[in-house]
Amino acid sequence: MSDELNALRKEARDWIAANFPKSLAGKGIGMEGDAGTLGPDLEIWRTRLAAKGWGAPTWPVEYGGGGFSHPQARVINEALTAAGAFNHIPLTTGMGITMVGPTLLEYGTEDQKRRHLPGIASGEVRWCLGLSEPNAGSDLASLSTKAVDNGDHFVLNGQKTWTSGADISHWCGALVRTDPKAAKRDGISFVMLPMDQPGVETRPIRLIAGASPFCETFFNDAIAEKSDLLGKLNDGWSVVKRLLQHERQSQTGARGASSGAKPTPIHVLAKTYVGTNEDGSLADPDLRLRLVDHLMDAKAHGLTIARITAEARGNVEVSAAASILKNSATKVAQIKAELTVELMGAQGLGWEGATFTNTELGAVREWLGGKAMSIYGGSFEVQNNIISKNILGLPETTQKG
Amino acid sequence: MAALTEEQSMLKDQATAWVRDESPVQKFREMRDSAEAQAFTPATWQAMVEMGWTGILIPEAYGGSDLGFLTFGVVLEQLGRQLTASPLFASALVGASAVLLGGSESQKQRLLPAVVKGSEILTLAADEGPRHAPAAIALKAQKRGGGFKLTGTKSFVVEGMAATTFIVAARTAGKPGSVDGLTLFLVPASAQGISRTRLATVDSRGYANVVFEGVDVGDDAALGSIGSGGALLEQVLDRARAGLSAEMLGTAAQAFDMTLDYLKTREQFGRVIGSFQALGHRAAMLFTSMELARSCAEAALQAIDAGRDDVPELCSLAKCRVGDFLHEMSNQLIQIHGGIGMTDEFDAGFYLKRARVLESLYGNQAFHRDRYARLLGF
Repeated sequence: MSDELNALRKEARDWIAANFPKSLAGKGIGMEGDAGTLGPDLEIWRTRLAAKGWGAPTWPVEYGGGGFSHPQARVINEALTAAGAFNHIPLTTGMGITMVGPTLLEYGTEDQKRRHLPGIASGEVRWCLGLSEPNAGSDLASLSTKAVDNGDHFVLNGQKTWTSGADISHWCGALVRTDPKAAKRDGISFVMLPMDQPGVETRPIRLIAGASPFCETFFNDAIAEKSDLLGKLNDGWSVVKRLLQHERQSQTGARGASSGAKPTPIHVLAKTYVGTNEDGSLADPDLRLRLVDHLMDAKAHGLTIARITAEARGNVEVSAAASILKNSATKVAQIKAELTVELMGAQGLGWEGATFTNTELGAVREWLGGKAMSIYGGSFEVQNNIISKNILGLPETTQKG
Repeated sequence: MAALTEEQSMLKDQATAWVRDESPVQKFREMRDSAEAQAFTPATWQAMVEMGWTGILIPEAYGGSDLGFLTFGVVLEQLGRQLTASPLFASALVGASAVLLGGSESQKQRLLPAVVKGSEILTLAADEGPRHAPAAIALKAQKRGGGFKLTGTKSFVVEGMAATTFIVAARTAGKPGSVDGLTLFLVPASAQGISRTRLATVDSRGYANVVFEGVDVGDDAALGSIGSGGALLEQVLDRARAGLSAEMLGTAAQAFDMTLDYLKTREQFGRVIGSFQALGHRAAMLFTSMELARSCAEAALQAIDAGRDDVPELCSLAKCRVGDFLHEMSNQLIQIHGGIGMTDEFDAGFYLKRARVLESLYGNQAFHRDRYARLLGF
């Protein structure tokens, strides 16, 4: 640690002590929503963070950032965490800080940077991304939302889906088809448009686990100014590739303050709900056996990951075991969620309200949300097709692919 | 398969080639049909001794190669594939482990070189009833002058007819219900007062019920200190369970290979039956179970080699998970082969029958699920 960084650490510590509202200590906000319960101090804290450029510490000062290097930004983040404080601006801007901003810094014109970046860095402007469509999921480049040249602006028509936070966002970065005749990746452009206009309509997608951040977004003659075309016309595919790289990078950090406590092991949790016999065994013998079976599955899964890692080091060819991990991981997670809800009994069947603890309500959401695991990324059945065909060499079944 | 050292790879190649060329399952069939008294072929056993497999766990000072449990597992897996019968597991793994863990220097010097040479065949005599239950051991060892007098019965002793020395778990204190108060004794099979009865079992291998009627042994027959045999027994049993897991994995893997081969060649309704999605998915799920089971078996063997403190958990995990897979695989072997699988002329039945015995030895899946839960504290 250099002297310069040590000085910054001290400065940051002192500034946080003087400016971070005590009422927020140890709190944090979730991905959406619960900011309201933290009261007006949260807004005070946001303006102070923004004035300091700490919302986007590594962005240039002229665009509302802090002008810090990455090691400096890390020091600031550590000082925040140590004080029980947090930088919630990345969360309040949707995709702004993590994805749109970095892409704007790279592809944007000077005018675009000056108009858009400060609002993101201060946490005032929330962004969403209109990428997927009902018929363009994994095959994103087959998208069909059209943008027609109309002088100084484009007119957009089409539907986007899984647009996270669209209903509460101020701006949208959308991938649109600007040249229907070109090859599918060559006729796409990336445009930015305000959400508050007559041609944009959003509809939240409600999942079985309840409210979700996802929306369907409809463009009916929506307007995007030509001055808000990001990158070159028909070069949107390069822009979005870069954007998605930023998405993967953003998977670490940029979360609200968390307790960092390890979750209670499921068999320990079971004892508190179900009770034990005199010999210390779980009072429900049937549940006990299913729990131990699950814990064995989980252990075997972990050992298999370790084995594959060890084998890959010694051999050029990675073993066939890798292909079974998706289904194994899904089974472990889904059964764990089922058992957790079951061992909680009636307390594991709550939907909302003070009768149920956050852990209990969380277990219910995890149980429901986890059903997606055996659907996305190649369903359970598709994985078994792959294993039987590609690994075991069994003949093609009735369906192709 | 775990990343192997060069020595381990060589032994694996040797075992694979030998089992394929010299000891295919046909040899087991011949042995079964010959009514061989000891339930293994002396020439087969002699070949294993000559290849040095009896010394895999034994330090060089006693004539062995000291290659460890993962290596032993590699050999047992291959033997499990073709159901090769021999006292290798009972003597060179279980017996040798007991002597290595609990034996005095003079006991080691007397027994271990003879185990390597094959002139001494050790076996553990622990269980007394139809279910594996170390805590239930009741065979009494009463202090008499400079030794002990052993009275009681041991059941289903592995290679009990061929053994030259029994490692007998006896009660020197305490009551059945706890392993406290147990002591292990080395008892020559030729000792006065021992009678053994050969058991005819579904897997056609060698087991005996052994009766001890006032068998006198000296103080120097005790393995480890008097009364502390419970912990030693658990350590020996865990090594036995890890070894069995490797053998079971081989037996199940062979059953899987036979089944996969059949799926690719058997035709019905004008197409190979493996093209039916119901069977393709069943094969995929069996393969998934097999890969997970292999990780457990290898982790248990490696943990013993590394002297880790989670050996008990991993050995119960391995015995249970490989046992579950072997159970399902041996049933599917018959089911997917259909009528031919039901005939004695075909080998599938051998695997099914052997599977159930292997599952039962030193604790079946139910025993190890319960033990795993207890080790985790619930």
